[in-house]
Amino acid sequence: MKMPVLRLYTIAYLIFLYLPIMILPIFAFNNSTAVAFPLRGFTTQWFGAVWADAELRGALGNSLIVAAATSVLATAFGVFAARASTRYDFPGKGWLMGLIMLPMVLPEMIMAMALLVVLLALGVKLSLFTVILGHVLLCTPFAVAILTSAFQSLDRSLEEAAYDLGEGPFSTFRLVTLPLVAPGIMASMLICFTISIDEFILSNFLKSGEELLSTYIYSKLRFPKYVPNIMALGTILVCVSIALLTLAEFFRRRGVARSGGKDSGGFL
Amino acid sequence: MTPDQTMPKPTMIEFKEVHKYFGDFHALRGITATIRAGEFFSLLGPSGCGKTTLLRVIAGFEGISKGVVLIDGKDVAEVPANRRPTNMVFQSYAIFPHLSVAENVGFGLRKDRRTAGEKARAVDEALAMVGLVGFGKRAAHALSGGQRQRVALARALILKPKVLLLDEPLSALDKKLRENMQIELIKLQRQVGITFILVTHDQEEALVMSDRIAVMFDGEIAQLDDPETLYRLPKTRAVANFIGTMSFLPAKILSEGGGLLEVECPGFGRLTLDAERQVTGSASPTGATIGFRPETLTLLFDGQQPADRECMATVEEVVYYGDMTYYDVRLDGTNAVARLSMRNVFGRPVLDIGTRTRVAWSPGALVMFR
Repeated sequence: MKMPVLRLYTIAYLIFLYLPIMILPIFAFNNSTAVAFPLRGFTTQWFGAVWADAELRGALGNSLIVAAATSVLATAFGVFAARASTRYDFPGKGWLMGLIMLPMVLPEMIMAMALLVVLLALGVKLSLFTVILGHVLLCTPFAVAILTSAFQSLDRSLEEAAYDLGEGPFSTFRLVTLPLVAPGIMASMLICFTISIDEFILSNFLKSGEELLSTYIYSKLRFPKYVPNIMALGTILVCVSIALLTLAEFFRRRGVARSGGKDSGGFL
Repeated sequence: MTPDQTMPKPTMIEFKEVHKYFGDFHALRGITATIRAGEFFSLLGPSGCGKTTLLRVIAGFEGISKGVVLIDGKDVAEVPANRRPTNMVFQSYAIFPHLSVAENVGFGLRKDRRTAGEKARAVDEALAMVGLVGFGKRAAHALSGGQRQRVALARALILKPKVLLLDEPLSALDKKLRENMQIELIKLQRQVGITFILVTHDQEEALVMSDRIAVMFDGEIAQLDDPETLYRLPKTRAVANFIGTMSFLPAKILSEGGGLLEVECPGFGRLTLDAERQVTGSASPTGATIGFRPETLTLLFDGQQPADRECMATVEEVVYYGDMTYYDVRLDGTNAVARLSMRNVFGRPVLDIGTRTRVAWSPGALVMFR
């Protein structure tokens, strides 16, 4: 290589990024409660302990409810926003799209506090519902980003052709638009699901008594005897996240290929 | 059935003072024209002249700001695109990529009351009409450009529309395929007898395919005529330049009367023109202009005698095309360069730049813009 420095830098960079994550599975299978080298021996007992933990199962259940609801709602909003922004020009479009995308770059802390203040002022009781509200706000920009790419690669004359051949606006959407952006919708739902499962700050501010996966992990991390359980849980989450994101990218690419567009890089 | 030449064809589409604004942009500026039933009609013009907008107005994809559009005698202002007796072949073909060829072609039959078997037979017939027998089961996205075009045609024609709209359907094809498809489209139009309206920026394509052509500039129809009249007697210099090539020389009208004009023109001298057959346009303040097509001038070699008259010229530029050679020549007594074309004949040399040569011409082949 002409540039060994750049190559070394890249390798060092990747190690710095991913080594901590590699630590998770290593200690998840280590036969000791202490997170320290040298490793003692191989065990799968921590995974068993994770499975046996009723409190954790409850947190997982709550997180799944929140993530499922968030992915459906955020993606539904994303479909409307993406279609409107790719098909129509209207006054204030730039500002409106900017506002929708803002939560992507806004510090979550600020969003979480602002939401909490407003909800309390309105007298809304904190619950899983309020958590879902916060997560939808956070996930919608991601959904819009993915779905905009799906709608952009859709040739506008396809919808006109369906209309020309006698279909109305709704049947055109059902017969032509929806099948062609379906991969984008799948990708959006999967990514929103992943973001929601991971989300800590908003969850912590907006939840009431019931724990979510992320808040549960945080609350247990202080107790050394739980640490290996958390390692095992973390390992599972890493694997599931990678699987979901891979699936999402697969759907997105298939969508682009299917509608005959060029791949413009997309979201991942 | 043989078409009756004496009976005028009934009107299929009528535009009355049609205007269209996009914001401040005046896209259509008072279009008034009729398109007859069963004719192959072309809208020809440079990009941005409003030809595609006019086509989309017929299809119902664009509303109009002012005026009336009648299709088959009926005002279509309130009729949406999905209920008009028109179907369109899109520039991108707009083949549904997630459906098979047969599903694409049969798309418009969804609300048809016929049985599945009858619909399948209709699809097969439509595919046969465009030469795609046995392609029904193929995936649409695996087709070549020419095949997509045929699927788009079959999909539109299966609904037996009164009018088929074609938005630059051949522009994405390479030259050879395009020329073949032109001939096929003409044959297909004669076979089905449907009114075809073609949008194109390719003057050659319009001349080859159309019964009548509307040449559009800046949202207006500059001239609406059959191809031969359009080529032989264009109404303006802009039309003459857009369709084929025309050379121009300034002229002075000496006298006028009895259907004849006496004209003086450098290069050609004094000549008489037929007012009805050779003179076009309304009187212009910038003065009259004589125009002629490249094939109306001929180089004379050695002992050749002109059929009519001859003059002297100098060769300024030579462009060799294989079967043809184009010469830019300067006629003696003029400052303007005139283009002439010669069919290359075996044994006859291609002249060099600077050669002095005799040129045959005929007053009857000239036109004059007043």
